[in-house]
Amino acid sequence: MMRKKPVDFILFALTWLSIIATATVLILVVGYVLINGVPHIRPSLFALQFTTQNQSLFPALMGTLMVVGLSLILAVPLGVFSAIYLVEYAKRGSRFVKIVRLTTETLAGIPSIVYGLFGFIFFGVFLGWGLSLMSGAFTVSIMILPLIMRTTEESLKSVPDTYREGSFGIGAGRLRTVMRIVIPAAIPGILAGIILAIGRIIGETAAIIFTLGNVARMPNNLFDTGRTLSAHMYALANEGTHPGEAHATAAVLLIVVILINALSSRIARLIKAS
Amino acid sequence: MGKRSLAFNKELAAKILFALSASAAIIAVGLICVFLFVQGLPAIWNIGVINFLTGTVWQPTWNPPLYGILPMIVGSLYVMAGAILFGVPIGIFAAVFMAKFCPRPIYKVLKLAINLLAGIPSVVYGYFGMVILVPFVRENFGGNGNSILTASILLGMMILPTIISISESAIRAISSEIYEGAVALGASHERATFRVVLPAAKSGVMASIILGIGRAVGETMAVRMVAGNQAILRMPHEFLSGARTLTANVVLELGDAYGDHRAALIATGVVLFVFIMLINALFSMLKKKDGV
Repeated sequence: MMRKKPVDFILFALTWLSIIATATVLILVVGYVLINGVPHIRPSLFALQFTTQNQSLFPALMGTLMVVGLSLILAVPLGVFSAIYLVEYAKRGSRFVKIVRLTTETLAGIPSIVYGLFGFIFFGVFLGWGLSLMSGAFTVSIMILPLIMRTTEESLKSVPDTYREGSFGIGAGRLRTVMRIVIPAAIPGILAGIILAIGRIIGETAAIIFTLGNVARMPNNLFDTGRTLSAHMYALANEGTHPGEAHATAAVLLIVVILINALSSRIARLIKAS
Repeated sequence: MGKRSLAFNKELAAKILFALSASAAIIAVGLICVFLFVQGLPAIWNIGVINFLTGTVWQPTWNPPLYGILPMIVGSLYVMAGAILFGVPIGIFAAVFMAKFCPRPIYKVLKLAINLLAGIPSVVYGYFGMVILVPFVRENFGGNGNSILTASILLGMMILPTIISISESAIRAISSEIYEGAVALGASHERATFRVVLPAAKSGVMASIILGIGRAVGETMAVRMVAGNQAILRMPHEFLSGARTLTANVVLELGDAYGDHRAALIATGVVLFVFIMLINALFSMLKKKDGV
């Protein structure tokens, strides 16, 4: 092989150095959190009740599940139906479609602290829901709406038109075609999007602490306060009085996020394979 | 009613349901704008636009209270600039690597790594910053470690995946003929990539930077955990001192703010919101131009 010119070699080396730096960031963050956290994971961390001694993350874990469940109930039908409308019903380039796209992009760009602020003044104060599961889930569901819309749209678009034509050809209406033919074919893509959304919710903190609150117990009903795993992590890190538990909680949070990422990319790979 | 009209009604009902769902995004943006602006703008008006935006003292507990957010605006700009400094060069070179230099066997692993980097919650980044970066900066550069520099390094790390994945797809979208043409004229692989392909992908790469900037300015938890958060107007050479960003201002004080103080925080959110919207408008303009 020809020897590289000095300039070329420098550029070549810089690309390698940059990717090595990127990989190092990941290894540092994940490695540090796991190596320091995993040894601190003890059964007491999963005690049913939170006490100042055990710093149990169990209530926060349950709170996370509740927020995830409730926001998916709210956001998935809305997001999927919107995508169906955009892909299967609306005329391309109509004014309504343009506005929907613009507002969806806007939602995707709003930082989470602004969602927290909005959720706090709208759901919490204006609607009087206070710091509650409802406020938290509604706020977060607006946040994940664009993600679900986009992934659903993409997977609906990837369903070949011959499927639709075949269905119309044997006399099925549009609704029947969408529900029986297009949606089933698009399910894996929609699912991958939902899993990504779950990851977003679990990682969210700023929008959660002003809507759901940050109290170390499980919400008893829809209008009760609580916390999620990320909010719990935030509180532990700030208090700084339980470094071991903070390490362990960071590790648990990271493991959950890694698993969800793996699941999502596995589903994405299944789609490519089929 | 006959069977046919019943079926027709079902079709119509479904269409209406889908269209209503599609307007959810519009309603959400409308509500967010109305509630932020209706509560934020009067506060800005009462404090005085000039006093609010250029006031250098933020003292909500003083009598009379002072609500100047210039330190926070400047603080956000500092960490934004720092994030660009650390994140952009590494991000772009890494994107070029992914698109043009990556040996096939390691591509999948790296792609997975970059996706994972994007998925790590900001509170975990913040925690990592607190226990690793803060002591690192304290021991190697001085100061107490909670500083503009620390926040910049951390944000630089956090915007890497955004810049890498969007730039990579922008570079990949450039047709290979352009590259092959350059090589046919005798350019080396590096020269063709950096002098021909990368300039052709310019607007996509710019878009990735702008999106990264949006992320950096909007980031809250990680910054709040490492930046020190003093609401003091800093000069650029004080990068080892702490500073407070617009986002940190809201997250620090919203929990126990009432009346005018709360309104001033909502107004802080309005400034942040407008700033981010401008950045996003720039992003979508560039995106349209490039078709990424």
